[in-house]
Amino acid sequence: MSQINPESVTEKNENEIASRDTQGLSQRQIIVKRFLKHKAAVASSITLIAIIILVYSSLGTKIGFGKFKMSIPGWWGFKITDIDPEGALANTCNGGVTGCPSLDLVPSFLDGDGIRFGSHPFGTDVIGTDYFALVMRGAQQSILVMLVVGTLGIVIGTIIGAIAGFFGGIVDAILMRVTDMFLVTPTIVIGAVIGFKFGNLGVLPLAVMLGLFAWMGLARFVRTEFLTLREREFVDAARVAGASDRRIIFKHILPNAMGIIIVVGTLLLSGAILAETALSYLGFGVRAPDVSLGLLISEYQGTFSISPWLFWWPGTLIVSIALCVNFIGDGLRDAFDPRQRRHISIKERKMAKELKGAKN
Amino acid sequence: MLVIVFGASFLAYNLQAFSSDPLSIFGESTEKNKGYLIAKMIRDLQLDVPPPIRYFSWLRGIVGGLWGDFDMGLTRTNLPVIEALGQAIPVTIKLVITSTFLAIILGISVGMITAIRQYSRFDYVITFISFLLFSLPIFWVAVLLKEFMAIQFNDFLANPTIPPLAIVIFSLIFGFIVAGFIGGKKNQFLAILAGAALFASALLIFASATNWFLEPALGIFGVTFLALINAVIVIQLISGLESKKGRTAGFGTALAIAILYYPLQALMTENSSFLTVVAIFAITIGVGIVIGYFVSSIDRRVYLRIGLFTALLSTGPIILDRFMREFPDYLNSDAIGGRPVPTLGQRNDLLTPEQIDNFWISGLDTAVHLVLPTIALTLISFAGYVRFSRGSLLEVLNMDYIRTARAKGLSERTVIVRHGMRNALLPLTTILVNDVAGLLGGAIITEGVFAWQGMGQLFNTALRSYDLNLFMGVFIIGATLTVFANFVSDLLYGVVDPRIRIRK
Repeated sequence: MSQINPESVTEKNENEIASRDTQGLSQRQIIVKRFLKHKAAVASSITLIAIIILVYSSLGTKIGFGKFKMSIPGWWGFKITDIDPEGALANTCNGGVTGCPSLDLVPSFLDGDGIRFGSHPFGTDVIGTDYFALVMRGAQQSILVMLVVGTLGIVIGTIIGAIAGFFGGIVDAILMRVTDMFLVTPTIVIGAVIGFKFGNLGVLPLAVMLGLFAWMGLARFVRTEFLTLREREFVDAARVAGASDRRIIFKHILPNAMGIIIVVGTLLLSGAILAETALSYLGFGVRAPDVSLGLLISEYQGTFSISPWLFWWPGTLIVSIALCVNFIGDGLRDAFDPRQRRHISIKERKMAKELKGAKN
Repeated sequence: MLVIVFGASFLAYNLQAFSSDPLSIFGESTEKNKGYLIAKMIRDLQLDVPPPIRYFSWLRGIVGGLWGDFDMGLTRTNLPVIEALGQAIPVTIKLVITSTFLAIILGISVGMITAIRQYSRFDYVITFISFLLFSLPIFWVAVLLKEFMAIQFNDFLANPTIPPLAIVIFSLIFGFIVAGFIGGKKNQFLAILAGAALFASALLIFASATNWFLEPALGIFGVTFLALINAVIVIQLISGLESKKGRTAGFGTALAIAILYYPLQALMTENSSFLTVVAIFAITIGVGIVIGYFVSSIDRRVYLRIGLFTALLSTGPIILDRFMREFPDYLNSDAIGGRPVPTLGQRNDLLTPEQIDNFWISGLDTAVHLVLPTIALTLISFAGYVRFSRGSLLEVLNMDYIRTARAKGLSERTVIVRHGMRNALLPLTTILVNDVAGLLGGAIITEGVFAWQGMGQLFNTALRSYDLNLFMGVFIIGATLTVFANFVSDLLYGVVDPRIRIRK
C-alpha cells in the first residue's frame, strides 16, 4: 500500500466538509445559508428590525403623499410637543433632579423597585417633554435619512458606475472625472452646505439632497466590477445572441455585480446615519422644532453632569443602529464572497481526522 | 488633475452661493438705513453678478498666482483669506498629526496580529471592538471623554489613590492585551495574562502609593526598561530574537541609550527648544547606527536597521521623562490650579510669559490640550486601519508565494514579516494617503467639539457668516490636498510595488 500523507487526507476531508454545505443548492440559497451562519449578522438583523418596529410603531407615522396620506397612530401616550411637568416632578433622583427615567430593568430581588416602565421610561427634559417620544421621533428621522440617502446613493451609484464600466472609453473618462470632482469635496462639506440650505425645509428634502451626493464611492466600485465582468464569455454569448446593451447591463452583468453593490451599500447606510447625526449636531442638518438623534445630543450635552440620560439614550440608539448595519454588512460580505472558505471548527477537524481513520 | 480641482471648486462655489443668502440677515431688520446697508452689501459681495460668473473673478485671483498676483480675496471681516488660513492650518495639523500616527501604528499592528491569529478569541474581541468604534459618532465619544477622562481624572488628581477594583480591572485588560499580542496555547495565554496583570497591578499599586500621578517621572529604570522592550520588539521584527548579532545590536543600543540618560539631562535645560529634541534624536540615532555598524560586516544593513529603530523608539521615553519632570510645576501653577486636563481649547491663555518661553512647560500645555481630541480621533480611525490591515494580510497569507516560502523552510517569523507583512502594507499606502487628505473633513467636527481654531472652525464660520471667499479658501486647500494625495498614492504604489506600472 502506498504511503498516504495524513495531512493531505485531512485537508481533503476538510474540503469535503466545507463543500458538503453547498451541494445541490442554488447561488441564492448558498448566499442565504452563508448569511444565516454569521451569528452576529443574524442577531443584528433581528435587533435592527426590532428597533425599526419600536421606533415607527410607538409614535405612529405618516405614509404616502398628498391626497393619499395616511396617518398611523402610535401606541405611545405622549407626543414630542406634549409637556408634562407633573410627570417630571414625580420622578426625581440624585438629590432632587427632576425628570429622571422611570424605566427600571433591575428585578425586585436585586434593588427592591422591580421591573417597571413608569410614565416616562426615558425621563423628561427640563421643561417636562417626554424623552421617549423625543428619542423615538429623532430615531424615525435618522432612519428615514439613512434609508433615503442609502437608496438614492445605491441607485445613482450603480447606474453611473454601470454605464462608465460597460461603455468605457470617452463615456467612462467623462463620468469618472465627474465622480472625482464630487469625490474631492469631503462629504461633510457638501453635507454642511446642503444642510445649511435645506435643513429648515424638513427631513425629506434634506435626505434627498444628501442622497444626490452620496453615490461616488459606490460608482467607482461598480465601475471596476463592470470592467472585469464585461470581458467575460457570458457577456459575449449574450451579445452574439442579439441582446441589447440595456439587456446585457441589467440582465447579465448587474446580477453578478450585486455582491459588491450590497456590501458597499450597507457601508453607505451606516455612513449615512453617522453623517446625518454629525450634521444635525453641527446645526446643519435637521432643525428644531423637529428633532433628530444628533440634534438631541447637541442640545443636551451641556446637562450631562446633571441629567446624563438625556445624553445616553440618543447616543445608544445611534450606536446600536450603526453597529447593526455594520454587522449585517460584514455578514453580507462573507455571504457574497465566493473565495470565502468556511472556517472549520475544532470539532469538525476532529471529524475529518476520524473520517481519515475510517478510510484507511 | 487641475481640471478636477477646477471643476470641484466651480461646483462648490455655486453650491455655496446658491444655497446661502447673505441678505437674509436684513429680513427682520428695522434699522433706518436698511436700504443703504443692503446696497452696500450687494456692492461689497458683488451680489448683482450671478454666481457662475462671479466664480471667475474669484478664480482670477487664484490663477493670478502664476504671475505673482495671488489673491484669495478678503473675508467678511476684511482679513485676507490667506492670512486666516495661515493661522488655521498649523492648528489643524497639530491636532491631527499625533492621532494619525497613533492610529496608523496601533491599527496596523493590532490588525496584523488579529490576522495572524484569525478566529482566535483575541481576534473576535478586537473585531467586535473595531466594529463598535466604527459605529461611534465622534461628537458622542468626545462628550464621553470630556466627562469621564478629563473631569474624573482631574478629580482623581486631587486625591491620587487608585481604588482596588480599578487596579484589578486595569490589570486584567492590560494582561489580556499583552497575552493577545503574544498569543500561544490556552495555558501559555493564561500564564502570560496572569503575569502581565500582576505586573500591571504592582505598577499601579506602586504609583498609587508614591503619588506618582502628582510627580510623574520614568527615571533611569523606567527608561531602561522601555528601551529594552523596544529592543525586543525591533529585534523580533527585523532579525528574530534567535539571531545573536541582532540581539547584540538591539540590546547594545538600548543599554547605550540608558547610559546616555544622565549626560543627556544636561542638554535639556530651561532654555531648550525644539532643536534640542532634534539634537538628542540625532545623537541617539547616531549611537544606534554606530553600534549596528560594528556588530557585523556581513548583512550590515539588517543590524544598522535594528540599531536605528531601537534608538529612535527608545529616545521617546527620555524626552517624555523630561516633560514629566515639569509636571508638578505645571500642575501647581496658578493657571492650572491642579486640574490639568482641559476639555476645551488649544492652549491655556493664563500661562505666564516665562512659562510660555519654557519649551517644556509650553510643550506640556499643548500636550494636555491634545489629550482628549487625540484619543477621540485615534479611536475613530483606529478601527478602519484594523479592519483594512487584517483583511489585507489575510489575503496575502493565502497567496501561493507564502506557501512557497513556508515550503522552502523559512521560519514562520520570516514568512510573516518579510513575505506577508511587506506585501500586505502595499494596499494600505493608498488608504493611508486618502485618509490624510480626508482629515479636513474629520477636523470639522472635532474642532467644533473641542473648540480648536483650525480649518474646521474656519469652514464653520465661513458657512454661518456667508463668507464665500473664506469658504472657497478652506475648500481649495482641502480639494488640492485630496487630488495631490491621490496623485502621490498612484506614484508611490508604482514605486513600492514593481508589479504595477502606471498606464500611459
